[in-house]
Amino acid sequence: MADIATAFGMVFQPYTLSVILLSAAFGLLVGAIPGLTATMATALLVPVTFFMPPVPAIAAIVTATAMAIFSGDIPGALMRIPGTPASAAYTDESYAMTRKGQAETVLGADLAFSVIGGLFGTVVLVLSAPQLAEIALKFSSFEYFWLVLLGLSSAVMITVGDPLKGVVSLLLGLLISAIGLDNPAAYPRFTFGSIELLGSVGLIPMMIGMFAISEILRFAVEPQAKAQIFKKQIGNVFRGLWGLFRRYRLQALRGSVLGTVVGALPGAGADIAAWMAYAVSKKLSREPEKFGTGHVEGIVEAGAANNSALAGAWIPALVFGIPGDSITAIVIGVLYIKGMNPGPMIFINHPENIYAVFIVFFLANLLMIPFGWVAIKAAKRILHIPRNILMPIILLFCVVGSFAINNTVFAVSVILVFGLAGYFMEENGYPVAPAILGVILGSMLEENFISSMIKSDGRLLAFFERPIAAGLGILTLLIWFWPLASRGLRTVSRTRT
Amino acid sequence: MLKLVSRFAWTMFAAALAASSAFAAYPDRPITLIVPWGAGGGTDATARIIGSLLEKELGQPVNVVNRTGGSGVVGHSAIAQGAPDGYTLGLITVEIGMMHWQGLTELTGASYTPLGLVNADPAGVQVRADAPYKNLGDLLAAIKANPGKFKASGTGQGGIWHLAIAGMLKDLKIDPASVPWVPSNGAAPGLQDMVAGGVEIVPCSLPEARSLIDAGKVKSLAIMDAHPSGLYPDVPTLKQAAGSDWTMAAWRGMVAPKGIPNDVRNHLATAIKKVYDSKAYKDFMSSRGYGVIYLPPEEFAKFMAKSSNDLGATMKAVGIVK
Repeated sequence: MADIATAFGMVFQPYTLSVILLSAAFGLLVGAIPGLTATMATALLVPVTFFMPPVPAIAAIVTATAMAIFSGDIPGALMRIPGTPASAAYTDESYAMTRKGQAETVLGADLAFSVIGGLFGTVVLVLSAPQLAEIALKFSSFEYFWLVLLGLSSAVMITVGDPLKGVVSLLLGLLISAIGLDNPAAYPRFTFGSIELLGSVGLIPMMIGMFAISEILRFAVEPQAKAQIFKKQIGNVFRGLWGLFRRYRLQALRGSVLGTVVGALPGAGADIAAWMAYAVSKKLSREPEKFGTGHVEGIVEAGAANNSALAGAWIPALVFGIPGDSITAIVIGVLYIKGMNPGPMIFINHPENIYAVFIVFFLANLLMIPFGWVAIKAAKRILHIPRNILMPIILLFCVVGSFAINNTVFAVSVILVFGLAGYFMEENGYPVAPAILGVILGSMLEENFISSMIKSDGRLLAFFERPIAAGLGILTLLIWFWPLASRGLRTVSRTRT
Repeated sequence: MLKLVSRFAWTMFAAALAASSAFAAYPDRPITLIVPWGAGGGTDATARIIGSLLEKELGQPVNVVNRTGGSGVVGHSAIAQGAPDGYTLGLITVEIGMMHWQGLTELTGASYTPLGLVNADPAGVQVRADAPYKNLGDLLAAIKANPGKFKASGTGQGGIWHLAIAGMLKDLKIDPASVPWVPSNGAAPGLQDMVAGGVEIVPCSLPEARSLIDAGKVKSLAIMDAHPSGLYPDVPTLKQAAGSDWTMAAWRGMVAPKGIPNDVRNHLATAIKKVYDSKAYKDFMSSRGYGVIYLPPEEFAKFMAKSSNDLGATMKAVGIVK
């Protein structure tokens, strides 16, 4: 108990609180700017945290990343530019809602369910971190292989319209992920002698290109058609939220659980959690036909999932020093510098510091409500700007954002090329979202397959020989072949009668 | 972000100024420090602490930029292609002596102006804590008895830890192919895979395995260095454990593009030596468990040439390059 009291004392003191408030504002800004991710927010904070005591240093990172993952939803909903890859899964859906005049509803839902997901993940982190971390450590390449296949299947499930076109788009993404040197054999592929291409095209510039630049091109082609779209907006961000919560509490819970579990697995983070949650939501929905037309259900589930994944990723990081995502990979370094060496002993050696970190997690998620409300209020004004002025500004942001990722002009050409590609794909009914997912998961798929094959000396059956892998494998195959099997069964029963 | 923007604006402003006063004392504008690896890794952390200390030493902002991808080729090329004016620096790593053997780049250590070696972390031999081998001898006997059964992981194909274990086996007259390599995205995924039962050996450095060793999940059987590590003094050297003189370490050093003016080079080398000697640097490196070692520019150049030759010989021996 004394430790908890000390922990409260460490958090609720002017210095720590002002660090939290400043990092909250910083995180909101970084997340809302396309091209700057929550991971980058963390990396930028590291040199600043060198000179802070442990608790404020960790508090700065926890607060900034929670805010960034939420605020990444804002440009996605208002301008169809996902602020971070974790928002890409439901960017189209949110944008469709804005076009229907429901910008406040979607942003309010993003905010509220981000908070719920974040709090859920924190509760799990507090209550069962050591136990969950033990399970997460049981995942080897065999298990990840099936998990990635499940993730890829979600691309087809979320495609609106022709599933075949979704598959084509997914395959295109997988092809793009093969570019470069970062593959298991370390062999340069599709690089045409270019040093930049050795490093692959990069997910974030590709995402900005396919979502944002293609939208700008569409506006440039038909300026009139787009001009009248954003008309009536309902006004209050929080109106109707209680109704949403009562209606979709199951979805919010499911998204939070999935997010925490996926987040806790090393090597899978908030972005994959959001895709899987969105697909699960559509698959199990009573009204799947509404998905893709501006329906809030999937946003509730995926919005909760990506924020709960954030807390989930801290589970293996704190307990074993194994990063749960790219953010905690940086955090582990900071923990060492601050003398809070990760490991099971951290709960015994530094109980007051760990309790303080937990308190910061709760505080950061609760602070999201007022900060998010202000951010939405401010961002909403974008909708009042005439489109012919707004579009060039968005283009400018895209160019600057993509340049800032690596300080290269190469990324700027990537967004332009993929902008054109995205425009032509969508004009012909090919969704771009599956291609993005293909790039996120493509290299993971290849790496885990190749490592598994080397480990098992080429025996394919090894994918079913470990208990968790076998379970995941059977689940994947069931999901794939269920439609075929049920049709087969129906035919059989019909011929009998 | 604000910091980024203000630094960008500041750079532009300073660049305009510099054009008018080319003969002002070096440095009169912000410096860029390129890191060929991702944010959050050991190289990035080392660069950021050096950057923040160098900032005080030189009196100008030092902007750390991650140029990732292509297994380090992209960033190493960006450093070599920077303007040789002392305003582009880089923290290069052991891979510079490996990539050219694989034909990925023409660059070698000789393509840079060396400023100083600042760190080296020797490879270790890690296994699961519940593995039946008490020492390296047991493990080697098991490998000899079942060639191909034991798999190792911890970096990409042909990466530094791959060469470390292959070279060790070769030095002990065991066929390097008897421990197949499983490529991974670095030491952390490799260690996790080992704890999950996917592979048996991870020959990464001790600081990388530290959290899992402390958690009682992993044990280290030997360190491939002439001296025991400061972090785990009880882990025997390869010489003590198996009688082999083989050593292998991942190192990091500060460089500038080739052809910078001599006075600028000396100014930077002195500043980097001061940073290395500072308490802040030593404290930082020991808190992360990283090894500290310093070599001045000329010796660093010789060190790089030797490192490249040793690595090339190992790569040929294990068949990574023909």
